[in-house]
Amino acid sequence: MPKITIREALKQAMDEEMDRDNNILLMGEEVAKYNGAYKVSQGMLEKFGDKRVRDTPITEEGFAGIGIGAAMAGLRPIVEFMTFNFAIQAMDQIINNAAKMLYMSGGKFKVPIVFRGPNGPAEYLSSQHSQAAQTFFAHVPGLKVVAPSTPRDAKGLLKTAIRDDNPVIFLESELMYSWEGDVEEGEILIPFGEANILKEGSDVTLISYSKPMKILIQAAGELQNIGINAEVIDLRSIRPLDEKTVYESVKKTNRVVIIDESWPFVSVASYLGWLISKNCFDYLDAPAEIVTSEDTPMPYNHRLEIFAQPSVEKIIDAVKKVMYL
Amino acid sequence: MYKIEDFDKELLTEMLKKMILIRRFEEKTAQMYGLRKIGGFLHLYIGEEAVAVGAISRLDLKKDYIFTTYRDHGHALAAGLEPKELMAELFGKITGCSKGKGGSMHFFDDKLNFMGGNGIVGAHIPLAAGAALKIKYLEEDGAVLCFFGDGAIHQGSFHEALNLSKIWNLPVVYICENNQYGMGTDFKRVSSVEDFSVMANSYGMYGEQVNGMDVTEVYSAVGKALEKAKSGIPVLLEAKTYRYKGHSASDPAKYRTKEELENYQNQDPILILKNKMTEKNILTEEEYIKYDENAKKTVEEAVKFAEESPEPDLNELYTDIFI
Ligand SMILES: Cc1ncc(C[n+]2csc(CCOP(=O)(O)OP(=O)(O)O)c2C)c(N)n1
Ligand SMILES: [Mg+2]
Repeated sequence: MPKITIREALKQAMDEEMDRDNNILLMGEEVAKYNGAYKVSQGMLEKFGDKRVRDTPITEEGFAGIGIGAAMAGLRPIVEFMTFNFAIQAMDQIINNAAKMLYMSGGKFKVPIVFRGPNGPAEYLSSQHSQAAQTFFAHVPGLKVVAPSTPRDAKGLLKTAIRDDNPVIFLESELMYSWEGDVEEGEILIPFGEANILKEGSDVTLISYSKPMKILIQAAGELQNIGINAEVIDLRSIRPLDEKTVYESVKKTNRVVIIDESWPFVSVASYLGWLISKNCFDYLDAPAEIVTSEDTPMPYNHRLEIFAQPSVEKIIDAVKKVMYL
Repeated sequence: MYKIEDFDKELLTEMLKKMILIRRFEEKTAQMYGLRKIGGFLHLYIGEEAVAVGAISRLDLKKDYIFTTYRDHGHALAAGLEPKELMAELFGKITGCSKGKGGSMHFFDDKLNFMGGNGIVGAHIPLAAGAALKIKYLEEDGAVLCFFGDGAIHQGSFHEALNLSKIWNLPVVYICENNQYGMGTDFKRVSSVEDFSVMANSYGMYGEQVNGMDVTEVYSAVGKALEKAKSGIPVLLEAKTYRYKGHSASDPAKYRTKEELENYQNQDPILILKNKMTEKNILTEEEYIKYDENAKKTVEEAVKFAEESPEPDLNELYTDIFI
């Protein structure tokens, strides 16, 4: 089976879908001539031409809105944000137009659009350029939010996102683009709302999505060394959320730690913690723990920056807490 | 039009020294980035020195204000922020101008009204108009300079701020540093007009293009612009300039030709001023070398200070979130 990077997997997904459907186009800053700020769209201008692969000015609100309007009228745009930090400028378009159009038009206008790009902390970038934006989007009814952690999931979920008739927020990470993994050739479509159990275990459930999956796997390995058998779940999609897989796991292990790169206050992690405490109350041997980024903006200093984020150490501490060790 | 004869030696010498300092400082930061003393995005100002120096030399930072982008080292040095504190900031040290929390893109100084160092393209432009509103509201005498790039000029925030500053007659001068590229994009590919100064007309403001490679031209134009702005007509200047390095330290800048770069390096802002001063007999080669040596020494001292300064305590993570 070929090993490819997440970068390549995302490109394959867009490439294959654009081959299939002429109504799909890609737009964003530096996506065409520069081949993508992070080279995700490498070669796509050459292949599809500047009608279908379009460089935009640095006008996030404008090009997000153009994408939404084009989608309402029948196209299926993929809009790349250089990073999701800049998507904040397009929040009005995404929340007030993309998310609500179908509803307030009584089902008359659908918005088949994908907003994709890197999300979450990178390195040495300080407060404005290094934040996890999933909570902003996951909060809004009418938006689907997905965040893969492997090349195969990246490809399969992005293809599903492009075919979805609803607006989809597709979260990647600068630091994940070069991660490698096996991806079989041929069509891969991964449905939304299906979590993936990366490792089965019996003592505690670790849940996350996107980039932190790497440290979950490391933490599970270290826990194994001290005799704790952790089950590791990759949610893959935040909205829709695979509650069933989560509850089945927690009912088996009776303990859970949720890891989330975003801030703790009203986050995906804290919401999932509430869901679990409500739906698995009789099965829990300890309150759900969350490990998130610290409740602060991101500092530039590297030591502080690392400390501000979830880590293997913090996960292990949280596991020890729920196991009363 | 201005003439070089109208400038006195002291002012020209001061501007020359500032430009040399910026050049040497930036070269050193690139080197320190290579040594991994500095991380993240490092946007160098080399080639554009005349814009910040010519413009900021016009200000009185007891009453005037400066807003700029992530490409902020040149403006900070021109405004007189301490090279030591800037280098320490780049090293992420507690002695940095933003306590090591901001890094390259977020230089600040409240004593010099240096209002940042903003990382979001276009986001600081309304803030500049806001500071101008304060000046007007309190009937002060100052004005605001707002620097941004050719990429930022299409943002809604720019157009909204221009309109607001005109209808409220705010004392603000917007300076678009057109260095020809927004990241890898030639400005002509993403703009409906090639002369940005015409955008001022849409808002009933005054607009002008200036040669951003000539510090005396920038100085003259900004002087005039500040007068207009203080009289209630905000101004948009487009300074035509060029960045010699990639967009940030990680950009190989393959989107432009060597010839294009060389063409601009031949009209280097430091050389232009040096030649003018030499012709006017107010600068000798020995003096020039001395200024250069001094700049290098200042930068070396800044590196030493940054190296020797302590990192912020972990508790600093939680400070400055609220007052
Ligand atoms: C809203 C927003 N979108 C995208 C970016 C990423 N970005 C940083 S600088 C830049 C190019 C800006 O070019 P320009 O305004 O010409 O300024 P220059 O860097 O040339 O000084 C881009 C796209 C950003 N920081 N903010
Ligand atoms: Mg530019």
